[in-house]
Amino acid sequence: MSKVDQLNTGRVGNVKILGRKILLSEFFVLYLTVFYLLVLFPFIPRVFSPYNIKNVLSNTWPLLVIAIGQTFVLITAGIDLSQTSVMALSSIFGAVIMTSEADPALLSKSPLWGIMLSDKGGLFAGTSAALPVGLLVMMAIGIMIGLINGFSVAKLRMPPFIVTLVSQMFFAAVAIWLSKSENIRHLPESFSRLGRGNFGPIPIALIIAVIIAVSAHLLMSRTLYGRRLYATGINPRAARISGVPTTKIIIAAYALSGFCAAVGGILYSARLEQGRPTLGNTLLLDIIGANVIGGISLAGGKGKVLWTVFGVVFFIFLSNTLNLLNLKFFVIDIVKGLVILLAAILDVVRSQLALRYSGGKV
Amino acid sequence: MGIKLKFNNIQKHFFGVTALDGVSFEIEEKHTVGLIGENGAGKSTLMNILGGVLLPDGGNMSLDGDAYLPSNPRDAAQRGVAFIHQELNLFTNLSIAENIYINSFPSLKKTPLIDKKKMNDSLKSLLKSLDLNYSPSTTVENLAPGERQLVEIAKALHSDAFLIIFDEPTTSLTARETEKLFTILDQLRSEGRTIIYISHILGEVKRITDDVIVLRDGKVTGNSETGLIEIPEMINQMVGRESDNLFPERSAKPKDSPILEVKSLSQPGIVGNVDFSVHEGEVLGVFGLMGSGRTEMARMLFGVDTYRSGSISIDGTPLPRNSPQSSIERGMAFVTENRREEGLLMNVAITENIGLVSLPDYCRNLVKWVDAKRMNEEAGIIGDSLKLKASDIRRQPAMSLSGGNQQKVVIGKWLMTKPRLLIMDEPTRGIDVGAKYEVYSIMDRLAADNSGILFISSEVEELIGIADRIVVMSQGEVVKVFEKKDFDVTALMAAAFREAVA
Repeated sequence: MSKVDQLNTGRVGNVKILGRKILLSEFFVLYLTVFYLLVLFPFIPRVFSPYNIKNVLSNTWPLLVIAIGQTFVLITAGIDLSQTSVMALSSIFGAVIMTSEADPALLSKSPLWGIMLSDKGGLFAGTSAALPVGLLVMMAIGIMIGLINGFSVAKLRMPPFIVTLVSQMFFAAVAIWLSKSENIRHLPESFSRLGRGNFGPIPIALIIAVIIAVSAHLLMSRTLYGRRLYATGINPRAARISGVPTTKIIIAAYALSGFCAAVGGILYSARLEQGRPTLGNTLLLDIIGANVIGGISLAGGKGKVLWTVFGVVFFIFLSNTLNLLNLKFFVIDIVKGLVILLAAILDVVRSQLALRYSGGKV
Repeated sequence: MGIKLKFNNIQKHFFGVTALDGVSFEIEEKHTVGLIGENGAGKSTLMNILGGVLLPDGGNMSLDGDAYLPSNPRDAAQRGVAFIHQELNLFTNLSIAENIYINSFPSLKKTPLIDKKKMNDSLKSLLKSLDLNYSPSTTVENLAPGERQLVEIAKALHSDAFLIIFDEPTTSLTARETEKLFTILDQLRSEGRTIIYISHILGEVKRITDDVIVLRDGKVTGNSETGLIEIPEMINQMVGRESDNLFPERSAKPKDSPILEVKSLSQPGIVGNVDFSVHEGEVLGVFGLMGSGRTEMARMLFGVDTYRSGSISIDGTPLPRNSPQSSIERGMAFVTENRREEGLLMNVAITENIGLVSLPDYCRNLVKWVDAKRMNEEAGIIGDSLKLKASDIRRQPAMSLSGGNQQKVVIGKWLMTKPRLLIMDEPTRGIDVGAKYEVYSIMDRLAADNSGILFISSEVEELIGIADRIVVMSQGEVVKVFEKKDFDVTALMAAAFREAVA
């Protein structure tokens, strides 16, 4: 309480207290999303049409999976810029393994031609092993790139920004080199189902995203790894002296980030029914932006899966409504950028408020 | 002489806990006033209100007869109040002059450029008057702790502060630097400045102040002229009980079987050929001046830092290098000297802090599910046994606690592992008499349970009061080991200074 609060008693005070409660609530971003949609609804009633909702949701699942991976790294006070290249590289490798025919005119210059790829398709073309092997390889690529990032950051003590910026450039370029910048089509029907199919009335992508979100939530909030992850993000020196294997914790966070990026890559590739070397290369802003909007702190140690979920939902609705308003793409990016900036400012305001009302010294 | 500052019925609450409960007193102009009290008594809160860092919930202040309610430190500075914090607030990467002029850089002939010459020249005489013989352009990181403090004082004088608050100014100073500080305090007083001096070292308070104000549990429990009050009475007013016993009676004798054995531990430039052992049930004191290598040695023992040669073994089995984790598995615990940087997760709940090291013991099955309920209960029991003062240990963050209670959280974190060997590096630094006594009692209890304790301190009295043997270190080497019957302040100090050792 301050002298200001003492002056504002009565109704004004109540409004203030309610405002503070909303601002400090865990569900703040959710309230914000609802408020935003209600304000925009009169201008674009289409936003609540079943078609649009379906469209919005189908965009939500892959981004959510990837953003959750990013959350792990952000909590360690790191950042993973290489998620988009994980998506691209795993998309290409998955396609090379699973495709049932490749066009020599497009792909015969690929360094993989004749080794893993021919006009009869990829290594496992047409076999029942194509799908499981393809998926495993895609996930393995994500985990491997994550391990390389994590090792460089935690063991070699290199700055996360540079490490992952370099691996983003490097692996994105490898994906383009291997595919000669061509999309690889003719993927098995069973694979596309992951991105477009339903299990009963429920989209398979939704099921995968929910499984990942729930597991990530439990991992962060209920397990030894989760507790140690936060401790490492908040104070790595104190954590190390308290017996937390900080190096392993950080490496695992980057591996999880790579894994989630690969799963996101699977969902996107399946929806597009092709391996695409440029997959995800415009997605980085959305991934990090959704996390920041959700309230995941770039300084580390603070964040929850639920916040990421809200951040992703808000971000997707933001993009969607801006599209529905028929704005030009550059206007959309300007607005998105401003919203992320606002979110970052709001995060600072909220944490200061929280500190003041929890008795911490400012 | 007039009244410089007046507190009237100041109230402040944090998290439902009362920090200040109607504090009223007056400070006379040109006096040096000692402000003493246990940690958590409200000294820092009161001074933060005075310095504009916190706002009071109730009550009022007046300065020089006018109402005074600073809403930020700059307000306070404009009214001539300067606050010299325990952890100095200097930019170590900037020069002395830049630190002093940080709020008001002089510009070069109305350009946005800084007039460095003017800045440096104007400070020369000021630094000289403080006996700080450096050029104003010297970078602060090159200065010793005592010299840095003089820079803070210079900053206060430069802003023409007539009320200067010193918060525990001597904790990181050597004896010589402390003497110099006292000379300067005298000088400030003769210039007509009013000084508030916060300290846990009552001898200093007795020596340099005119009046003493005692705070306990947010209330003023003593207010008298320094000449009229003796130290035992000050302690009495601080803790609210007679305390002629500063140290608990040791309840058991050490055994013969060694727990920790250190053999010719060496790391060039830091420690050389260190040999000693800690036995079951023993409190082994380590005494040494700053820079004697005692902290560095402790860090090597625990595996935080590495070493070139030598061996460290626990219960006869050598300990791997550079792995705090295996040290913990073998039953070691380490209370570091800086709880803020290496002890606590400041914005995390108290129970989470206490449970951090023992987490693996509260995990089930393959995915290492944490049994939070059981862990919180256990942490609560530990908190109670340490008489932790907090309103809700499951929600309240560690940073909301006072220094002494924060230290208890760090100790609790290690007690929860039921340690075989507890290393404590300056565990009583900056905490009050009552909390100190509790820390000593914890050592005694652990020793009675057959654990070993390595107790590092730069206060020779407390080592004599509690230790079974004392190892004296100097320049990275063990100079001498004192048996209990040979304990003597002068002899220990002499050994630490390497005098009369042969």
